Amino acid sequence: MANFRDHMGRPIVAVTGIGVVTSLGVGKADNWAALTSGKSGIHPITRFPVDHLNTRISGMVDFLPSSSKGASPLTYELAETAAQEAVSEAGLDSGDFGGPLFLASPPVELDWADRFSLYNSDSQDNGAERLLRVARGLKELDIFETTQFGSIADRLADRFGTRGLPITLSTACASGATAIQLGVEAIRRGECDKALSIGADGSATAEALIRFSLLSALSTHNDIPEKASKPFSKDRDGFVLAEGSGALVLESLEAALARGATILGIMRGCGERADDFHRTRSKPDASPAIATVRAALADAGLGEDEIDYVNAHGTSTPENDKMEHLSLSTVFGERIGSMPISSNKSMIGHTLSAAGAVEAAFSLMTMRESVIPPTINYDNPDPAIVLDVVPNKKRNAEVGTVLSNSFGFGGQNTCLVMAREPV
Amino acid sequence: MSSHDVVITGIGLVSSLGEGPDAHWQKLTRPGIEPVLDATRFAPYTIHPLPEIDWNLQIAKRGDQRQMETWQRLGTYVAGLALDDAGIKGNDELCATMDMVVAAGGGERDEAVDSAILAASESRNDRDVLLNEKLTTELRPTLFLAQLSNLLAGNISIVHKVTGSSRTFMGEEGAGVSAVETAAARIRSGQSTHVLVGGAFQTEHSDMLLGYELAGYLHRGPWKPVWQRQGREGGGVVTGSGGAFLVLEQREHAESRGRKIYAELGPILSGRARRRRGELNGEIAALLNQAALPDGELLTISGASGAHAATAAEKAALDANPALAVRAFSTLTGHMKEAQFPFAVALAALAVDRKAGYPAFDATMERQFEGIPQAVLATAIGYHQFEGLGLIKAA
Repeated sequence: MANFRDHMGRPIVAVTGIGVVTSLGVGKADNWAALTSGKSGIHPITRFPVDHLNTRISGMVDFLPSSSKGASPLTYELAETAAQEAVSEAGLDSGDFGGPLFLASPPVELDWADRFSLYNSDSQDNGAERLLRVARGLKELDIFETTQFGSIADRLADRFGTRGLPITLSTACASGATAIQLGVEAIRRGECDKALSIGADGSATAEALIRFSLLSALSTHNDIPEKASKPFSKDRDGFVLAEGSGALVLESLEAALARGATILGIMRGCGERADDFHRTRSKPDASPAIATVRAALADAGLGEDEIDYVNAHGTSTPENDKMEHLSLSTVFGERIGSMPISSNKSMIGHTLSAAGAVEAAFSLMTMRESVIPPTINYDNPDPAIVLDVVPNKKRNAEVGTVLSNSFGFGGQNTCLVMAREPV
Repeated sequence: MSSHDVVITGIGLVSSLGEGPDAHWQKLTRPGIEPVLDATRFAPYTIHPLPEIDWNLQIAKRGDQRQMETWQRLGTYVAGLALDDAGIKGNDELCATMDMVVAAGGGERDEAVDSAILAASESRNDRDVLLNEKLTTELRPTLFLAQLSNLLAGNISIVHKVTGSSRTFMGEEGAGVSAVETAAARIRSGQSTHVLVGGAFQTEHSDMLLGYELAGYLHRGPWKPVWQRQGREGGGVVTGSGGAFLVLEQREHAESRGRKIYAELGPILSGRARRRRGELNGEIAALLNQAALPDGELLTISGASGAHAATAAEKAALDANPALAVRAFSTLTGHMKEAQFPFAVALAALAVDRKAGYPAFDATMERQFEGIPQAVLATAIGYHQFEGLGLIKAA
């Protein structure tokens, strides 16, 4: 009889469905083919004019029907598309999922296109007063719903028939991993047999780009877009803003096997720790990141020598990659030089709220396919960061366990440990 | 009673009525208290403004204060009040092992920059270029951080050193319900020993009003109590600035450090009625059923917003149970969105702790309650979506 409990006596959580959308395409097949051939999805921005902008490249998802309709519609479509793929793969009823929904998505705001159109539909008085007066005369709820933080999850709950009040969350760049963690925890506590965890981000608006630019967080290597994201390289100069989505169907191993589902991987452990140092910078000694990795290993019941591969946060900012190296070399010691560690962001950019979920999806595929996607653009290694980043070309390797890192603005850190097999 | 029971050991409150549990108890138990209103600043809307706050009392560094706008400052301040009240503030070990779930919306935009862009848009057709031109030159770089939903929690970590874990739930009142529900589930399952949970809302900014008014939810014209806004001008919601944070703790953990316990958290229930299909009345009734309400008269702290449809549905569901003596606190504080449910739970816990109910907040619509409450019901029925309620019991 299979063992359905983990080292702490909790139900083991399996993954039975995976969905993904990035600038490389829709679905696992297209994404995996591109990712393992070292192809970049980073391209010049065409969604809005780039006059006055220092950064003119991104990993936006420009090929969906909602791509030009604003952050909320696109985030919804990204989430829906990835979730549909995951739920179908799991062989579950895509209109009657029957478990809770955890959605990582960006904070919402009234889009500028709507602000402009509301404002210019009238000419009495000015500023906020005019907007408020026009607003209360609206007959449709469409614009209103783009400003409600719970609306995307509410629509997804309708669409997939998830159970109960859906949770929408943000832990900045760790959000996608937190959505998975919440699903894992709900199953472990016995609240449900299955959960739908989604990370989706379609919020690469001009204002979002400008805000990150003003914080000097973005790469300005505009000339060759596909070369701009270069994690762990000496000349890395910031992350590339991107969009995407990842969705996982999580189930208790027992329930999944009972219904004859294919097990795609196991969520072994989750760890988290907040940083109290600074709003955008992490503690110089990397202690919160170190504690997060250790918490994830402890939760998974694995030792430092039992991780085969690290799917890095690897944003390509000077700060993150240095801190991530420090944390990993502290936890893994000398072994770090020979452990493969690669960054999907070198190809897809930083999908922000979606990143943790997208990268968990790729981590699971890495184990299933026995292929490690490379860190591309690794032409000029940072001598201070000695890592085996799986440079530029994919590598065939048996991978039984993966650590996936997510470190967010605001000091919110989450790490996931995944395994190919239940034990 | 079990060692893994969830108890409340800290309460932080701010509203137009003042700050702290004592000030709220004193004011709310004074019969016929008048709300604090400002009907002019955002006319035709009335709001309940923030009271005078000395931010230094909870946010010692000016540099930290400057990095935030009022919403984050308020939330960080209220969180500090709760930590102080629970005897956790300044205790490095307890803060470092403390988990946190914050219910948050977004922070304040720069209204002057936005207004200037809108004004310029009247005479320009290249509005996207206009946007780039203005935003790249006029936005204050750090303002972004003051707007990010998860940075309220981020600031609480920085200022109060709460670093066990940090999660931010979004989604109006429902986020507050889920935050309390998730925190309680963590404690009951042994995942957490003590959790900081709550939220804040800063209504004194036009965008915060716009978030309601895009669907016409705000009440206009002369102020009325929550239950008396049906059929009046506007949509029934009067907003207020404020916040509520709770320290939830495993009973054994609280007792071992000898802390005062306000109340025990009973079942917390959440739901998502498909309101367009008319499911709200039935959903509220179903949640009331699941809550296993005790026999006899039950004081009920309602988070009703005044929004016409949701408030009518809640009133019908509560009226159907004659044992419920209802108090809608938004009559006196205004609607505080994400903070609404934590606020309701806090007022319920205070009543249990002080062994007395509140007089009617609206004497024409709310009936008397004279007993000593052994349990108090708290509700938050979202003005637009999501519902929750919880039972708070004597410790």
